[in-house]
Amino acid sequence: MYFKLIRTAIIASAIAVTGAAQADSVKIGFITTLTTPAAVIGEDMKNSVELAMEHIGGKMGPLDVELIMEDDGFKPDVGKQKTDKLVKQDDVDFVVGYIWSHVLLASAKSVLDADKFLISANAGPSQIAGKRCHKNFFSSSWQNDQTPMAMGEHLNQKGVKSLYVMAPNYAAGKDMVRGVESTFTGKVLGKDMTKWGADAQLDFSAELAKAKASGAEALFVFYPGKAGGAFIKQYQQAGLQGTMDLYTVFTVDSIALPKLQAGGLSGVLGSKNTQQWSPDILNAANQRFVGDYLKKHGKYPSFYGAQSYDAIMLINSAIQKVNGNLNDKDALRAALMEADFDSVRGKYSYGNNHMPIQNFYLREVVEDDQGRWTTKIVSTVLTNHQDPYAKDCKM
Amino acid sequence: MDWSLLITQLLNGLQLGLLLFLLASGLTLIFGIMDFINLSHGSFYMIGAYFCGSVVAKSGSFLAGIIFGLAGMFAIGALVEWFIARKLYRADHLDHVLVTFGLILVFDTLVHLIWGAAGMAIPLPDALNGQITLGSLVFPVYRLLIIFSGLIVAAILFILVTRTRLGMLIRAGASNRTMVEALGININRLFLIVFALGAAMAGLAGMLIAPITEASIGMGNDIIIVAFVVVIVGGIGSVKGAFYAALILGLIDTMSRSYLDALLKLAMPVTYAETAAPALSAMLIYILMAAVLAFRPQGLFPPAGMK
Repeated sequence: MYFKLIRTAIIASAIAVTGAAQADSVKIGFITTLTTPAAVIGEDMKNSVELAMEHIGGKMGPLDVELIMEDDGFKPDVGKQKTDKLVKQDDVDFVVGYIWSHVLLASAKSVLDADKFLISANAGPSQIAGKRCHKNFFSSSWQNDQTPMAMGEHLNQKGVKSLYVMAPNYAAGKDMVRGVESTFTGKVLGKDMTKWGADAQLDFSAELAKAKASGAEALFVFYPGKAGGAFIKQYQQAGLQGTMDLYTVFTVDSIALPKLQAGGLSGVLGSKNTQQWSPDILNAANQRFVGDYLKKHGKYPSFYGAQSYDAIMLINSAIQKVNGNLNDKDALRAALMEADFDSVRGKYSYGNNHMPIQNFYLREVVEDDQGRWTTKIVSTVLTNHQDPYAKDCKM
Repeated sequence: MDWSLLITQLLNGLQLGLLLFLLASGLTLIFGIMDFINLSHGSFYMIGAYFCGSVVAKSGSFLAGIIFGLAGMFAIGALVEWFIARKLYRADHLDHVLVTFGLILVFDTLVHLIWGAAGMAIPLPDALNGQITLGSLVFPVYRLLIIFSGLIVAAILFILVTRTRLGMLIRAGASNRTMVEALGININRLFLIVFALGAAMAGLAGMLIAPITEASIGMGNDIIIVAFVVVIVGGIGSVKGAFYAALILGLIDTMSRSYLDALLKLAMPVTYAETAAPALSAMLIYILMAAVLAFRPQGLFPPAGMK
């Protein structure tokens, strides 16, 4: 009896608290990976979100921001559980984040069915860009295929005739391979999809030997996070440098570079990759973001961080436009659709499937004036590029 | 048939197998002699890598990293045995699993606190970063070094187990523990040595792989499952069994990653083969384990006297 009374009281007060909070604050749940070795990516995203919060002074329009960070543990099932927790228990207005495509695919339904907004700060699986597109889903990154498509284009421009392809065996890895194959006009002489997840394969001896034996001119790989550093190292140890040029997407970034530099793997200097952002993009927003990040953390932010920073700024711009009225979802959605904020990558727009239409650049690994390894834009490969799945989206 | 590719892949398989052996030999002794299931054996592998990396970063010498790393791992193994494992020998297997699983979490978090989440790259001396060329065969020097050190450790362990008094006790302990105790052998000291030796060998495996894959949190948790498969296929408590099983599994894994897709393409459409090959090659060693458990549950080379 007493127990029942207490329980009712607790529930009643909880409703009162959330009810009161909703009036003058916006709740944002942020899902990333904060444990396992992939935590380096999560930390970069977390740092960037915190920097964005400082830059907007903890307020979006008239609303205070309440930020809840969750860890997906690099596992789709855990990611979905945490998403359910954010949606049902915390009753957030926005769920943001997601490094991994397979985690996003497992979690998206929970957010979208509850009529909340879902903003991917990294993962861009083809499924959500195409048939499974949704009015409340937005991306502050890219669709998976786009960056490798840019790389395929660059390989054509360079006159590369034959390619060997390696990527991890999961949703994004398949998109990446499809992306580069769709634009590359030469011959793909071989392909390896390696084991991925919390127990990912990190020793690529057999695959590198196959790549070498295939006689391909160049090697294209996608190995995000810690696998990237391991791969570059083994590529160099296997003696492929100089005989088989390496082209990467999402592999050589501000997360891998400091470690590669510490390991003295100078072979990576001068290597090329494609991306929609780079620390050296000249605009006020990016200079502020990169400058303050460097000051605060003593290292360059990665593209994961840039996209997370943009995600917060995107939400901020939309909330300002609707003047803090979160109940008018249509107005909020229309405001998000405008992408009317100073993105660190420069201006971009949204396509019908709510994926960015944006430029993709060729970046080169260089040493900055203080001797730190970073990336510099060499040229623009794709201008205002839209992903190939937009046509499958009935929106 | 590309012979140089085949030889390269055989060497790669051998290297993976020897690495597995370093891990599994300690595991099989601890499992076989003390009847103790040590899930946290993989943590020794991780800590070894971090120890070695820290010493290399300070001293700049990879050899110093290995030597100090081995000594450190021996000490850590002894401490874990003394303070934790010793109290659990008479407990149920489930208790072993629970406690050692807890230890994994403790070690992972400790490493996160001390070294951070970023992982650790271990630089190699230039001489080890190169390749050896023999005709059309090009093989990384460092991977050859792993093969040689694995073979040397295996030889030392073989002599230790078959030719010394300690080895005799270890073998006796694996076959019939009660009898060894009844003969008045100080079983506590024997257990301590075996446990510490196992930890040092697991640590060595971690130190050897870290310059290739980098040291990272949870690196041992990935490979410990495979090490258990080695123990089961080889026969619990048998060092010889662990050696052969590790080589067999290493070769199966590498060869299936190398040739399975080409093989499957002969029998099915290319797109199916590309999807099926990585999945199947990840499964093969477990299929082998299932087959061994079904047809020869004591393992391929069980210790003498074990039924």
